[in-house]
Amino acid sequence: MNIEMIKPENLVYTKTKLMTDNALSYCPGCGHGTAHRIIMEVIDEMGIQEDTIGIAPVGCSVLAYEFMNIDMQEASHGRAPALATAVKRLWPDKYVFSYQGDGDLAAIGTAETIHACNRGENIVMIFINNGIYGMTGGQMAPTTLPNMKTATSPYGRDVKEMGHPLKMTELIAQLPGTYYVTRQAVHKPANVRKTKKAIRKAFELSKENVGVCFIEIVSNCNSGWKMRPNEANIWMEDNMFPFFPLGDIKVDGQLITK
Amino acid sequence: MKELRLMKGNEAMAEAAIRAGFDGYFGYPITPQSEVMEHLQKERPAIRTGMVVLQAESEVASINMVYGGAASGKNVLTSSSSPGISLMQEGISYIAAAELPCLIINVVRGGPGLGDIQAAQSDYFQAVKGGGHGDYRLIVLAPSSVQECSDFVKLALELANKYNNPAMLLSDGAIGQMMEKVELFPQQPRWTLEEIRKKKPWATNGRLFNQERHIVTSLHLIPEKLEAHNNHLQAKYKEIEKNEVRYEEIKCDDAEYIIVAYGLASRTAQKTLQLARAEGIKLGLIRPITLFPFPKIPISTYAEKVKGFLTLEMSAGQMVEDVRLAVNGRVPVEFYGRTGGMLPAPDEVLAVVKNVFKI
Amino acid sequence: MTEEIIIAGFGGQGVLSMGKIMAYSGIMQNQEVSWMPSYGPEMRGGTANVTVIISDDRISSPILNKYDTAIILNQQSMDKFESTVKPGGMLIYDPNGISRHPSRTDINIYQVEAAKQAAIMKASKTFNMVVLGAFLKLKPIINLENIEKGLKKSLPERHYHMIPMNIDAINQGSEIVKAIHVL
Repeated sequence: MNIEMIKPENLVYTKTKLMTDNALSYCPGCGHGTAHRIIMEVIDEMGIQEDTIGIAPVGCSVLAYEFMNIDMQEASHGRAPALATAVKRLWPDKYVFSYQGDGDLAAIGTAETIHACNRGENIVMIFINNGIYGMTGGQMAPTTLPNMKTATSPYGRDVKEMGHPLKMTELIAQLPGTYYVTRQAVHKPANVRKTKKAIRKAFELSKENVGVCFIEIVSNCNSGWKMRPNEANIWMEDNMFPFFPLGDIKVDGQLITK
Repeated sequence: MKELRLMKGNEAMAEAAIRAGFDGYFGYPITPQSEVMEHLQKERPAIRTGMVVLQAESEVASINMVYGGAASGKNVLTSSSSPGISLMQEGISYIAAAELPCLIINVVRGGPGLGDIQAAQSDYFQAVKGGGHGDYRLIVLAPSSVQECSDFVKLALELANKYNNPAMLLSDGAIGQMMEKVELFPQQPRWTLEEIRKKKPWATNGRLFNQERHIVTSLHLIPEKLEAHNNHLQAKYKEIEKNEVRYEEIKCDDAEYIIVAYGLASRTAQKTLQLARAEGIKLGLIRPITLFPFPKIPISTYAEKVKGFLTLEMSAGQMVEDVRLAVNGRVPVEFYGRTGGMLPAPDEVLAVVKNVFKI
Repeated sequence: MTEEIIIAGFGGQGVLSMGKIMAYSGIMQNQEVSWMPSYGPEMRGGTANVTVIISDDRISSPILNKYDTAIILNQQSMDKFESTVKPGGMLIYDPNGISRHPSRTDINIYQVEAAKQAAIMKASKTFNMVVLGAFLKLKPIINLENIEKGLKKSLPERHYHMIPMNIDAINQGSEIVKAIHVL
């Protein structure tokens, strides 16, 4: 490398100071790291790091507070929207966001998710959906696809036996308390840019007290899916996206009709 | 000027929460404590003091709202009754682990299970010995009158903040529903931002005044660190035991026998004591006010002087274990209790006293 | 002075509010009071009762099984509470709807035809105040001035115009009460 090149005017990218220097605990290829980074970049770019409180879940991102360099609370399993509700109500001038996986948000925490959305709490909810329980070792999630093999559906998810995958995002979009609902991905640069835009929009809207802004990020879980990272991304495009199509579901409080 | 009111215990606790300067209440209706949130909503605390009141979707959500609110440095509380408090236990364990000051009110009803909605004291173990998972303690105060319902809300908040520990008011359905004269304390201001920064420097409320960033968590994945944290908690509980024991004794000086009873049962015991004294039986009463920390030392001291203790509870026998530990076999510790919402009557208790001590 | 009272009847007869007015009036004359209602399913469509204690001293048990006075306003309550009056104590009842009258001989028994009187006054809602008047005639533990204060405390302001009517009902009650069995 030409040492001469390393000067400020040539800098094209740097890690936001709102990500700590701790090594991420996520598997190589996992979408969590990217999701963390772009949320922190948005907060950094908006200059609101001193006014933002994040709520971490239980699941792979249980240690999100080790990486996100802002005030963070660690919730019990599924309850992040309840914590976020209280913090936002008690500190109405602050930005409050929750960050949850599919087991946390769409299984054990379904009631908290739906009721925070239904009350129209002025919070940002980030939902990472990878169709599996990553941290506990690859068990079936509420969003596991039909026939998908997991540790607790070793012969594939039989929807007659095990129920159907839950489209939580479409479900909460029906509630009048949600204002902006979108589904995005972070596996390709173009998707990362779109997702970051959506996150920015959500945080900006949250200042206007218009209700819940909800961003689902469909992500991979290469170790849970037992694939190499690239294979996992291709599998995600081929299987997850048809079932969980990307794009805005509700904008400005209006459902998008397709 | 004294502000006297005739209030239900539940209403007095709600009014006291506004007056003590609480910032937020999060709860879910359950009999026999629904008047707590009803009174709060009726009183428009948002206008009176700026206090937030929210009816949550469940007790699970309520206690986690309390966690979030307390972690953000605000003074918050919830209230419920036995089955609802059972639902909250996971959250309470997290709150205790994360050392978040807050107040939890349990207006106890008959159990186990759905039980009934009458008064009981069968949640003593749950309140005093843990309830949720892990080694932790709550500061537990047991009001025996409507006046104490009001006073102890304020006291509990002070103790919770002094020790960064959740506090619990262990009331019951009868105290919650009955009306008595109560002298209300004057309105205390809610904490200012400056006070929050000074008194709760660990809180997660944005980097208020350019502080370092903060994390509130109960997760300690490294065993050495978790043990160190547990040792710290245990040291704190020892400190609470050293400093905060509260109890009342009535006519113990010359007593030959002592009843130990808390809350509503202690009121029954007082009446029993009057009946006994009228018959020349030298009966005394020790009323634990703090159930944790438990008044071990006074009970132990009296174990040297009296012929026996009778523990009176509206349960199948829970606090009696702590009395026996304090007495440590020196004199008999008998037990009498009624359950399921049945309340012991004073003359019934006197008959028991005579019977067990062969008077 | 300590007076331990049970008031028992149907829900809707004003049993609880009568107790509340007594308790508030007690506070007005600097006494200790407690008001302990029956509550829950047993209230639904059935009987209601409240234990009221007024005392110069700190009140011990708010829940009792023996009373100085029982004020009984329906048959179920008669069956349940006649036996709970302390020997030498007092039982006041409205004979309206009572098929089995009290039979104890070791207590003072009085009758007040409150339902009838309230109907004559065309003020059925003052029924409980007629009963209260009967009680106060026999045990003047609260003076009328403090009852008036107690009424003000327990009524919303929009009902203040009804206070004179209630005071009138109390006076009527004290006049019509009659002794059935006196020790």
